[in-house]
Amino acid sequence: MSIKQISVFLENKPGTLKKMTGVLAAKKVDMRALSLAETKDFGIARIIVDDVFEAVNILKDADFIAKLTSVLAVKIPDVPGGLDQLLSIFSEAEVNIEYMYAFLGGSDVKSAYMIFRVADTKGAEARLTKKGLRVLTQEDIANI
Amino acid sequence: MEKYFQESIECASRDEIIAIQNEKLVKQVRHVWDNVPYYRKKMEAKGVTPDDIKSIDDLHKLPFLSKKDLREAYPYGLVGKPLKDCVRIQSTSGTTGKRVVAFYTQHDIDLWEDCCARAIVAAGGSKEDVCQISYGYGLFTGGPGLNGGSHKVGCLTVPTSSGNTDRQIMFIQDLQATIICCTPSYAAFLGERMKEMGYGPDDIPLKAGIFGAEAWSEEMRQDIQKTMGIKAYDIYGLTELSGPGVAFECSAQKGMHINEDHFIAEIIDPETEEVLPEGSQGELVFTAIDKEAFPMIRYRTRDICKLTREKCSCGRTHVRMAKPMGRSDDMLIIRGVNVFPSQIETVLLNHGYAANYQIIVDRKNNSDTLDVQVEMTPEMFTDNVGEIAENQKQLVDGLKSMLGIKANVTLVAPKSIARSEGKAVRVIDKRKI
Repeated sequence: MSIKQISVFLENKPGTLKKMTGVLAAKKVDMRALSLAETKDFGIARIIVDDVFEAVNILKDADFIAKLTSVLAVKIPDVPGGLDQLLSIFSEAEVNIEYMYAFLGGSDVKSAYMIFRVADTKGAEARLTKKGLRVLTQEDIANI
Repeated sequence: MEKYFQESIECASRDEIIAIQNEKLVKQVRHVWDNVPYYRKKMEAKGVTPDDIKSIDDLHKLPFLSKKDLREAYPYGLVGKPLKDCVRIQSTSGTTGKRVVAFYTQHDIDLWEDCCARAIVAAGGSKEDVCQISYGYGLFTGGPGLNGGSHKVGCLTVPTSSGNTDRQIMFIQDLQATIICCTPSYAAFLGERMKEMGYGPDDIPLKAGIFGAEAWSEEMRQDIQKTMGIKAYDIYGLTELSGPGVAFECSAQKGMHINEDHFIAEIIDPETEEVLPEGSQGELVFTAIDKEAFPMIRYRTRDICKLTREKCSCGRTHVRMAKPMGRSDDMLIIRGVNVFPSQIETVLLNHGYAANYQIIVDRKNNSDTLDVQVEMTPEMFTDNVGEIAENQKQLVDGLKSMLGIKANVTLVAPKSIARSEGKAVRVIDKRKI
């Protein structure tokens, strides 16, 4: 099962990111992960949260453009070579990664979590599962 | 087979039209001289009397009227008939300054409704049609004008007025409306709503729409025609001159025929006020030669467009005006090039963005800069930076080819562009010249 990432359009000027975190904080949305992609004059915040639909509504009410994107989340051991081992499975399954980011933490201190954006999410998921990889569900994310 | 409301006038020969204009102009100038002291003073200041106006060739001798005159003469200063002979007023929304209040005698209402009837027939209307008027009724001229025109044609008239979209659609479907009259932006909105409700072009009984009262692009026409499966016709008018119907489109959809038996059109250079030769682009000036209560002489519309007398395939002989490119007040001169906000808007819509933008002109190192801030929309947003940047680059290229000069494009957050009274502030000119 893929999970939903929220992609948010951010104008590149002081205070924009703060405005976004502000509205989420006010409604007590818990962010699991955040990654920023930027160009000269705009940026995209990619966030993983505990309650996706609540967060999207909050953002839209605050006039943000927020879109849901399907991404794959995988848990790996937080040890040297952990990511390398995971990527070799991606490589074998011939899954092309558009972008990825990581986050640590939660109750399981010995683990790290990787978020992958791939072109064909469903197909990639099927091939990875075949290689014995467990892809996290929305529920897993909420419980981290 | 093209149909006309008043064929002998709409298809009159050039000589016949000129004869009508000569006669009516001479009479109108006398009427204004005798009854409108405000304009008489302007004539005296220019050293012109009614005796100097013998034909339309003398039109250029007369002074202009502008929005400023309307403001100064408000409310009764330009009224040409005793109020007991006036039967109606109509008024503008006043978004660009003080309201314009225009007066009508019954004769004025009649000629106005004739003009609207010509427009409806030119759009294919007849007494067999059900004509839904979704322009606002009241002070705004749109509803009353087309309503009267629809009656004259003999259509079954459905006066829904504006708003309440679901009810509009109910009437279109239940009464099988074949013609709709409204603003183009409302037509686009209605079309989208019907699409959402599952009505394809074949499920919509409408065959034609008459859309005016605001600027719209050819691209928007194509969109509306496709969504609703209709032919979309442009109509032009100003409250100062009566309302919609001063000019209207025919089956050729190539410019709007000006009702020359009621209005004489001129194109002038907005700076020098000189009359320009036919085919030149400039400011449109109208003289209402048949109106009694509000007889505008050489009224400067601020609309920039071109006129053509080329033969039209519909058979009408009246001069055609192109869709106005914009108001002369809106025209910017950037690095020596004329730029209209409407051109920028066209490019934005073509590239999938909404018409929420702001143009910022500045001068850096003695050279003008043009920045266009465009609000991001949910449709244009993806999680892929490259894709957004590529769309942005295409927009820059599109602007360059439309305007002939380079514009910088900045994508900004939704609703971040300042709006005043519901309308976005389109242009900020920071140049200190």
